[in-house]
Amino acid sequence: MKVRLRNPDREVEVVGDRAVRAVLNELGVNPDTVLVIRAGELITRETRVDEADEIEIRPVISGGAA
Amino acid sequence: MKCRRCRDPAVIEVRRHNAAYCKECFLHVFREQVKRAISQYDMLATTDRILLAVSGGKDSLALWDVLLDLGYDVTGLYLGLGIGAYSTRSGEVSKAFAADRGAELIVIDLERDYGYDIPTAGKRGSRSTCAVCGLSKRYVFNRAALEGGFDVIATGHNLDDEAATLLGNTLRWQTEYIARQSPALTEKDGMVKKVKPLFRLSELETAAFAFLRGIDYVVEECPLVAGNTQLRYKDAMNAIEASSPGTKAQFFLGYLDRGLPLFRSEDSAVLTVCENCGQPTTGRFCAFCRARAQILGERLAPPDDDASVAAELADEVMPVEIFGGSA
Repeated sequence: MKVRLRNPDREVEVVGDRAVRAVLNELGVNPDTVLVIRAGELITRETRVDEADEIEIRPVISGGAA
Repeated sequence: MKCRRCRDPAVIEVRRHNAAYCKECFLHVFREQVKRAISQYDMLATTDRILLAVSGGKDSLALWDVLLDLGYDVTGLYLGLGIGAYSTRSGEVSKAFAADRGAELIVIDLERDYGYDIPTAGKRGSRSTCAVCGLSKRYVFNRAALEGGFDVIATGHNLDDEAATLLGNTLRWQTEYIARQSPALTEKDGMVKKVKPLFRLSELETAAFAFLRGIDYVVEECPLVAGNTQLRYKDAMNAIEASSPGTKAQFFLGYLDRGLPLFRSEDSAVLTVCENCGQPTTGRFCAFCRARAQILGERLAPPDDDASVAAELADEVMPVEIFGGSA
């Protein structure tokens, strides 16, 4: 399945058919620091994602200047 | 995973509350937390003219959205920092939000109105880029509020911002900063009242709120943020939070409840008037005028006054208020 990561913007392929929690763990992402978005909807880390899904992992941390 | 309130499927989990919520219940709980913060610290009155520091990030736009829905008289203030495409995008989303909500937005531009931009300031001045950015924001927002007749300045600082700042101040035992780290600072000698109505809500929650409300916000990081001290403190807090959910809230909210009263006597700053701009300061010239003069290669005072500037520049501690992040 395709995963879009941000800051910097990039896309990676990971194995699907498992919980979001497992995907985040494989990518080394702390679940409390990101929104996970599938088809325009937020999903929790317990949600199962399919091989055909495309998800975005969007960081929530800010600390610079705008 | 089910919503704690209605048992519908959840879209967001808030681990420190051991809870998850569906969209509608989360939006309700979020707004209630903002109302609770406002009430707890007597932050805002419906008759107040509120100036909201808007960056285009999730926090300030989420706060703007909530305050407008609650019926407050809120005007946004966007400060253009001149950070290339990042600032361009930040300005665009701020203006788009204001237009969409029929809200007033004041735009000030550092280069146009004060003669420098942040990338230049970071190269020419002795302060770190983030330090001079925070200083510029605090100065411009206070001055704009005074000149515009606003009663209060609101910023989008969230629980993570406040916990990270408190951690930094505590690690260095900056007791005067610690004494002033309240979500509501009263008006004092030319300093407009300042409030942080999101202090009870985490960064995850403000991001989720903005997303669920369909708010277009700047997701990208500031390109100048590399090495930012506060981000390192946030990383440290998040590492602890991962294994002990609720630690950030216990740290900051516990400080407000039990720690802050112990530091009250440390807040002894006496304010006077800057000889250059008339804004409040603790010295002859305010930090903003001194920094700006240094950036522009101008001189405010005889050479011996540079010693005080050098002493201040050696202090790299995070100030108690950073109008940074997405605030």
